[in-house]
Amino acid sequence: MIRDQAIGPQSEREIHPGARWQPLRRLLERGGIQILLVLGALIFALPFVWMVSTSLKADRQIFAFPPIWVPDPFIWGNFPAVFIYAPMHLYFFNTLLIALAHVFGAVFTCSLAAYAFSRLRAPGRDLIFMVMVSQMMIPYIVMLVPLYLLFAELEWIDTFYPLTIPAMLGTPFYIFMLRQFFLTIPMELEEAAIIDGATRLRIWWTIILPLAKPALATVAIFSFMFAWNDFTGPLIFLNTREKFTLSLGLQAFMFERRTMWGPLMAASTMMIVPILIVFFLAQKHFIQGIALTGIKA
Amino acid sequence: MTDAQPKPRLTNAAREALTCYLFLLPWGIGFLAFVIGPVAASFVLGFMDYEIVTPARWVGLSNYIELFTDDQRFGMSMGNTLYYVLVFVPLHILVATLLALLLNQKARGIAVYRTLFYVPSIVPIVAGAILWVWILQPEWGLINSTLRSVGIEGPLWLASLTWSKPALILMALWGSGAAMIIVLAGLQGVPQHLYEAAEIDGANRWQRFQHVTLPMLSPTLFFILVLSVIASFQVFTTAYVMTGGGPAESTLFYMLYLYRRAFVLLDMGYAASMAWILFVAVLALTLVQFKLASRWVYYEAEQS
Repeated sequence: MIRDQAIGPQSEREIHPGARWQPLRRLLERGGIQILLVLGALIFALPFVWMVSTSLKADRQIFAFPPIWVPDPFIWGNFPAVFIYAPMHLYFFNTLLIALAHVFGAVFTCSLAAYAFSRLRAPGRDLIFMVMVSQMMIPYIVMLVPLYLLFAELEWIDTFYPLTIPAMLGTPFYIFMLRQFFLTIPMELEEAAIIDGATRLRIWWTIILPLAKPALATVAIFSFMFAWNDFTGPLIFLNTREKFTLSLGLQAFMFERRTMWGPLMAASTMMIVPILIVFFLAQKHFIQGIALTGIKA
Repeated sequence: MTDAQPKPRLTNAAREALTCYLFLLPWGIGFLAFVIGPVAASFVLGFMDYEIVTPARWVGLSNYIELFTDDQRFGMSMGNTLYYVLVFVPLHILVATLLALLLNQKARGIAVYRTLFYVPSIVPIVAGAILWVWILQPEWGLINSTLRSVGIEGPLWLASLTWSKPALILMALWGSGAAMIIVLAGLQGVPQHLYEAAEIDGANRWQRFQHVTLPMLSPTLFFILVLSVIASFQVFTTAYVMTGGGPAESTLFYMLYLYRRAFVLLDMGYAASMAWILFVAVLALTLVQFKLASRWVYYEAEQS
């Protein structure tokens, strides 16, 4: 016992031989993590820097070795030059129009259906819900060919209808997300309104929609981004240049002018910037979206 | 819209049910017209010869027989797609997990790094594809310029038979940020007390990762695995924009071939049968993954 006491501090060191080095190890570790983070950030961010840098350079600086990062002088001409080859303003409005139809569908039609699924009792409702959930698992390609034939029959090819009408009728994924959110809204809030004789439509509009703003923002952003980025839909259903979306127009631009990297990068920048703005304005809704899909649970 | 109007007498329950159906009607119309109808039509079309200009003709199984016995491009495009899936999916999960582990550490400015890693995954795919054609450009592109400055002559990337598929995979990995966020959410859901318990038991860092983090993360990884297998079997846009299937059809993926059959050659029946083959193949693969999942995916609820 006496011996134990005598060598007390020493035995402590024997148990943790590295204890003396703990602070140094931690410092190295922290430094290592920081270095890896910076390295990763460079790899992920450099393509953007390269894009913007190219869009602001004259050709003799674009085709240069070693690569020039900071344009000298800054050339803005690539941006107006894009419009000579690709009517970006038309593409922009076409894309915006289609995207707004998607947002409308997500916010109004989908939330109406989600309200029915989460609140209104009806025979067969849960069966219908299961059908809707399994709809999410059907891949788009299985429907693509007959959809094309159907739209051709309806004379919808080369119009915006194929890209807007189905979306405005509702998308299962958004209905599902909104239903999950509506289930978290307490019933008591509606009960008083029901006793007062308010219709369900009024309750949905005046009570549920205002309370569900965060979830609605999430589906609005998701649907906007989907429509903004979609390429396959416009590729198959649109033919004339004036009706192209940004995705399709940009692809056509590159197909025709594969070496005009200045204007091409300017055009890409113009397409990416609105998405980045949406992202930075609404970052928390992206994170919320991941939580709403139930992945976290 | 008030209830005061004289209406046919309905019980409250009946009225509620009617409202419910009414609210579901828009989706129901869309479902019948744009989903169930086309799926059924697609199945039938697979047994027909229909090239739009001539009337459809019933040909039985001959589309399927031709695909499996007489169509070299079918096998080749499936091979290209399998290459893509087998290389991309594991790397995708690895990159997403490594980034998430990195972001789960305590370090300065972590929110900024999280944003930087995530943003490429929301870039419009066509804009991203065009950007990467420029980055991968053999002579003046960013990658080969950088390699040249350290004395390495880079490959031709998108113009090379060997490097065209890796180039597309590289570009796709740049967009791993979405999966990374999901893994990060999974990591942050691991209860702290499990790590503390493991530490008391004398587990070192690697053992803690192996016996706590990995099992707790396995449902998340499984989820990403299933989704990315489904998505990468349908790889289309990057190849369409960046290579158009070339060079020498080395990036002619299944969806690209299907697209050509349907919308370039207007061979609608043939394309419909191709779609069904892909659907059944991916569905079967997904079911196999669910079967195998019980061997490596750990669900806490089952244990208690």
